[in-house]
Amino acid sequence: MTSAPLTSPVRRPLIQSRALRRFLSHRLALIGVIMVLSLTLACFIGPHLLPYDELHIDLRARFAPPGTGGHIFGTDPLGRDIAARLFHAGQISMAVGFAVMIIATAFGSVVGVISGYYGGRVSAVLMRIVDAFLSFPSVFLLLALAAFIQPSPVMIALIISATSWMEVARIVEAEVKSLRNQDFVQAAHMLGLSGRWIMFRELLPNAIGPIIVAASLTVARAILLEAYISFLGYGIQPPLPSWGNMLNGAQQYLASAPWLAIVPGVAITIAVTGFNFIGDGLRDAFDSRSGGR
Amino acid sequence: MLRYILSRLGQSLILLLIVSFIGFAVLTLAPGGPLSQFALSPGMTQEQIDKIAEQMGLNRPLWVQYIDWFTHMITGDWGTSYRDGQPVLHVIGSHLFATLLLMGTATTLSVSIGSSIGILSAIRRGSLFDTTMTIAAMIALSIPTFWFGLIAIYIFSLNLGWLPAGNMYNIGDQSVLDYLRHLILPASVLALVDVAIWSRYMRTSTLNVINQDFVRTARAKGLSSRRVLLKHIVGNSLVPMITLAGLQVPMVLGGALVTETVFTWPGMGRLFLDSLGYSDYPVVMGLLMASALLVLIGNLAADLLIAQIDPRVRLD
Repeated sequence: MTSAPLTSPVRRPLIQSRALRRFLSHRLALIGVIMVLSLTLACFIGPHLLPYDELHIDLRARFAPPGTGGHIFGTDPLGRDIAARLFHAGQISMAVGFAVMIIATAFGSVVGVISGYYGGRVSAVLMRIVDAFLSFPSVFLLLALAAFIQPSPVMIALIISATSWMEVARIVEAEVKSLRNQDFVQAAHMLGLSGRWIMFRELLPNAIGPIIVAASLTVARAILLEAYISFLGYGIQPPLPSWGNMLNGAQQYLASAPWLAIVPGVAITIAVTGFNFIGDGLRDAFDSRSGGR
Repeated sequence: MLRYILSRLGQSLILLLIVSFIGFAVLTLAPGGPLSQFALSPGMTQEQIDKIAEQMGLNRPLWVQYIDWFTHMITGDWGTSYRDGQPVLHVIGSHLFATLLLMGTATTLSVSIGSSIGILSAIRRGSLFDTTMTIAAMIALSIPTFWFGLIAIYIFSLNLGWLPAGNMYNIGDQSVLDYLRHLILPASVLALVDVAIWSRYMRTSTLNVINQDFVRTARAKGLSSRRVLLKHIVGNSLVPMITLAGLQVPMVLGGALVTETVFTWPGMGRLFLDSLGYSDYPVVMGLLMASALLVLIGNLAADLLIAQIDPRVRLD
């Protein structure tokens, strides 16, 4: 005998959902989308429109102020074009941000769903580990990890993920715990579905809203953390530019060449603000309670 | 109450155990490890390195090393710094005050400013002020602390010349006023992110309180809205903020590390970076533990204070 096909509660595709409509009517979120999109476009198209590439060294043009000699954002202590470096750095910094989002969200979700589904002792152990990771100031843990590894962009993304998965785990755990005793999960149990099926096919899709919100905020956080450790010299290593390492060394030229510090910082702020706006919009879109504030 | 205190204390100790193991494992298992220092020096043979490993007990299994290290740690022996041979606890202790001073000032600033903004936003919900503050808070949360520090130095030290760009005091002039002048910029920079967070949470908390029955009762009794606000709303909406203050400790501590670097402030953050540069494992490990300890103490203190104020918590 074959089991009857499972009819799950009607789940409308995301494109027609009320959440999407609510997101699109959220003004701040749209501004965030525009900020992130235009920055991304600038980073990927910009380098092709500039007269200099990011590695071109011209010692005669050291410290050229913005707008002189075809350098829209000026040049650095080696006479490299800051605009070209900024766009190239943006590709790397945002790639790190997205990589962290995927790794940290996936890992956090798995920990959260296992903990929420099994509950009891499993949950106690996993959640104490989450608490323990949250007890370290993330910059301390991140630097301790970064100081002793080969700092390639992949490794940087991995260690930032190692300090960023806990929030997602907590959110998913709480969500799954509240869903665990609902009828559709009981039904799945009675149909004899495996625990893994129930966790990843029944519970996780129903927690997708909070996961997406957390994911968008994780990108913002990851871009900031990359900037912190690269600024301190333990992140992405030159000659590869990142927004953070462009600021490394900017302090000593603050009086004579302030644009070295100003330009990358503004780029970071725009990117992070954009993702935070998007996260805020998503939160309102998925959470009907805070919809009418 | 005693039962609550004991159970919370027990939880914190278990957490400390896990935290210390994670910290220990991260530093011990890191590629390179404590021995990479010696491997770099020319003329070192593998035999000599093995011998050092044996002397330092680094060839034992991880858990043996951990238990050994942990028993020393709880008895107050945190090892000696590779850099200057001083006991780790002594090195950390001499940097602790500067960091606590910076964190304390920043927290005082952010609590007072952030809470005021949050209350005003809540009672004028939907006003221009509320909307502006919501957006401003989100932007403030997106500015890298160290970059904000650089910009503050550029404006207030280099251009206007109002405040010193770094250090904790001028040599030869260690008056209170001199300390204060050096404290203003780094403390304000560190406070920015927290002001944003506090104003957000305070707004939510105040909104929750405003809709409660006892506020309606107070209004119905005919109390003036100012009296209701000051006596009934503000106090009650500050209670959940105590938990927040505890939860914010790791963030403020992390921010202090970066701020100290920019402002050459002689605290734990700078010590941490210097020690990383020297691969001074015992101090790095000690600072990792000290920061986690501060966080655990902060959370514990917040929970106990809440239980003292709100009896519902400890009956749980």
